[in-house]
Amino acid sequence: MTEIRKCKVLIIGAGPGGYVAGIRAGQLGLDTVIVEGNKAGGVCLNVGCIPSKAIIHAAERFESLQKHSVKEGHMGLTVEGTAKLNMAELTNWKDGIVNKLTNGVDALLKNAGVEVIKGWARFTEAKRCIVNTDDGEITIEAENVIIATGSSHIDLPFMPCDEEFILSSSGALSLNKLPKSVAIVGGGYIGLELGCALTKLGSEVTIVEGTDNILSIMDKEIRRPLEIWLKKNKVTIHTNSLARGAEIKGKGASRKVNLIFDKNDENHTLKVDKILVTVGRRPNSKGWGIENMGIRMDASGNFIRIDRQCRTSAPGIYAIGDVAGEPMLAHKASAQGEMVAEIIAGKNREFDKIAIPAIVFTEPEIVSVGLDPEQAKNRGEHVIIGKFPLAANGRALTLEAEKTGGFVRVVARKDDHVILGIQAVGSHVAELSGEFILALEMGALLEDIADTVHAHPTMTESFHESVMKTLGHAIHSA
Amino acid sequence: MSKYEFKLPDIGEGVVEGEIVEWHVSIGDAVKEDDPVVDIMTDKATVTIPSPIDGTVISLSGDIGDMVPVGTTLISFDSENSDELGADSSVTEPTNKSESEILPKPEVIAEPEVIAEPEVLADPEVLLRSATISPARVNSVESEIPNNIRNNERILASPAVRRRAREAGINLVNIIGSGPAGRIRHADLDVNIATKGVTTGSINNNHNAKREAITEVKVVGLRRKIAEQMVISKRTIPHFSYFEEIDVTQLEELRNNLNLSRDDAQPKLTYLPFIMMALSKIMPDHPECNALFDDNVNIVRRHSGINLGIATQTDRGLYVPVVKNVETMDIWTTASEMQRVSGAARKGTASLDELGGSTFTITSLGRDGGLGATPIINHPEVAILGVHKAREMPVVKNGQIIIRRIMNVSSSFDHRVVDGADGAAMIQHLKRMLENPALIFI
Repeated sequence: MTEIRKCKVLIIGAGPGGYVAGIRAGQLGLDTVIVEGNKAGGVCLNVGCIPSKAIIHAAERFESLQKHSVKEGHMGLTVEGTAKLNMAELTNWKDGIVNKLTNGVDALLKNAGVEVIKGWARFTEAKRCIVNTDDGEITIEAENVIIATGSSHIDLPFMPCDEEFILSSSGALSLNKLPKSVAIVGGGYIGLELGCALTKLGSEVTIVEGTDNILSIMDKEIRRPLEIWLKKNKVTIHTNSLARGAEIKGKGASRKVNLIFDKNDENHTLKVDKILVTVGRRPNSKGWGIENMGIRMDASGNFIRIDRQCRTSAPGIYAIGDVAGEPMLAHKASAQGEMVAEIIAGKNREFDKIAIPAIVFTEPEIVSVGLDPEQAKNRGEHVIIGKFPLAANGRALTLEAEKTGGFVRVVARKDDHVILGIQAVGSHVAELSGEFILALEMGALLEDIADTVHAHPTMTESFHESVMKTLGHAIHSA
Repeated sequence: MSKYEFKLPDIGEGVVEGEIVEWHVSIGDAVKEDDPVVDIMTDKATVTIPSPIDGTVISLSGDIGDMVPVGTTLISFDSENSDELGADSSVTEPTNKSESEILPKPEVIAEPEVIAEPEVLADPEVLLRSATISPARVNSVESEIPNNIRNNERILASPAVRRRAREAGINLVNIIGSGPAGRIRHADLDVNIATKGVTTGSINNNHNAKREAITEVKVVGLRRKIAEQMVISKRTIPHFSYFEEIDVTQLEELRNNLNLSRDDAQPKLTYLPFIMMALSKIMPDHPECNALFDDNVNIVRRHSGINLGIATQTDRGLYVPVVKNVETMDIWTTASEMQRVSGAARKGTASLDELGGSTFTITSLGRDGGLGATPIINHPEVAILGVHKAREMPVVKNGQIIIRRIMNVSSSFDHRVVDGADGAAMIQHLKRMLENPALIFI
């Protein structure tokens, strides 16, 4: 006889969408169960955002240590000896951060009164699922279901990841030894972030991208400083190049892998230590009984179809995060999760965000909120645009953040000065994104930002200045 | 010891020249590597350029304020170390080290331009995707993540306002925001809630936004006629204008006394009938002013009858209905006839006859009369009188400051046929009449 657990809210998946929904539902006094087959925190905490940022930070530190350990030092600081990398130790340090955060999530869920059931759920009916746990099967029946199953790495069928020679991003974040050479298949943000970090750690990196451009989600102007950094740091980029397969060659410790790819109708072979496949992510919308729930998919058949309240076509069933559509970003999932918990608690809510910020943690970092100039023009907006170089920002210079040629760019409507989009590229610019998105959500005009005193010396002054530039009177720039 | 020439390096950002803002060294100075030597201002930023080497300055090129192209020699050094630098006097970039640590964006320098590639438009809905193979991407536009920015009619309101509106069941589409650019504020919701939705927003307080909308108005119909008429008048008539103050204290008294005798149903007298009466009295002495000039045949036709055009603003534009033969009327008839024709013009019922035949025109802006104007003559007439607002003014009379009611008049004359003295004489005559209104009735 299996136990039946009845609850008000059942959440499938404890990633950044699910766990936030769970905590909020708990806060609102709803009887909530969350089912997770892995560790809490989802891809984001375990094998995504957080661990990659830890590695990226370490890589940056390693790079700067190397600057100081040359004979003449740097900025008057000299470190004796050479900076050395112990990849296994780095991975351990990273795991420590991840564990701290995932344990934190567990504790938060517990404090909010949410029951966490470890195991994989399988739905037999719309609001009924069976979970295989270590202690046997549990059947759960819920009044409301929140699907937050997330997304998975996409394998190339002709060269599936073995995590030994052909790595997914997860594998690349758990290396025990730094590969001398890496070929990255897919020049999107995941591949480029890891590519930059590996380059700084000392790998020789080659990027193989299928389309005309790397990071094609960003406009040409904003990605140019990244392209320059990659070139300067001897990262080879093959665009319009399609991976065709991989062959493992050699014996024992000297084994390497050949990446075969087509470029300009020519067949190329590249011998590397590791191949990293980052060609995108697919929503986890299959394999857990969705077919028994009566839920409609969107036109692509990949994502669950939702409305502005994250409701699916089945009453009482909601979907949030990566499984419910683009953009597949943790902060979107969290915002949706919080909203759905409140809707279930009877509050009137709608997902009415003006924009979802997008950040790429490459060197330099890239931030985009709202519309870029091209997108704005395509929507028939008459825009004015202002750009301010970090090279003219005092704080940036003291941080050496101007060295990557960054800038902040503002796109505003010409007639009423409503800010439509803000982009920035440069070292450390990711932390500027909070003000950018606040400006958009508050419906800020250029004058709102211009009339706000920005602390000196900070890099936020460059946002202020880019707005003034748009208005035609930047102080520290002609 | 050898000579080393330091040239303005490429500062990046596409900068091709810079302005010398300040020299930190002068000839004969001994400088050390990395000592600041010069400030260069580009259109991007001001950059302090440090010395590339240890040495003694033997010459400086350029004064403060000079624009110097990239590659120009800025300073010549006598250097002991120049051997290390290759001893080549034409070395542009002294050492990699100093270059990479000083300049704002040195990385760019050696880079060939990134080749212009066809722009791949980032799909706004696909914020972050890698590109090689991405089945999810294909139909991602179908994603139902609401995104208000998707349409151009984005509602401008803070998240807190949006939340409050939703909870109050108010659709923000129906609210007119009073903030800059139409941003909806809490105050707008307050008003909407307080009036149970009758009012769509608080009073517009849109003072921040620069307005750039342009509305095209076709100049057609009456407007075009007016425009043509004005052009004929201004192009063919050399106007001269003449201004005067008239003390209407007595006239005001008379007007009030006369009005007292009227019951409520009868029209009250304004200043205008008195002015019209006065003009009809004085014109025989100034025949050159009550005339039509046919400039095609060079004949001025001086009229003995006084037909006064009354410039009248209507919804459709400016009309000039005419009160004919004022010389035959008394003050009451003048007043009622003026009201009748201007009323007809406003209502659009004036006959062609009532809209033509004037020999002189009066223009009065009533309450908005102002202090003065330069009226445009109603061609082919030769003179026009503008009447301004009467108001109490301190006036010096017999060495004392007294309060008098003063009305200004502006007049324009066709200088081809009316000389200054003649125009002035007419206005002075009019002034005497109005200041001593009994004269009007003699």
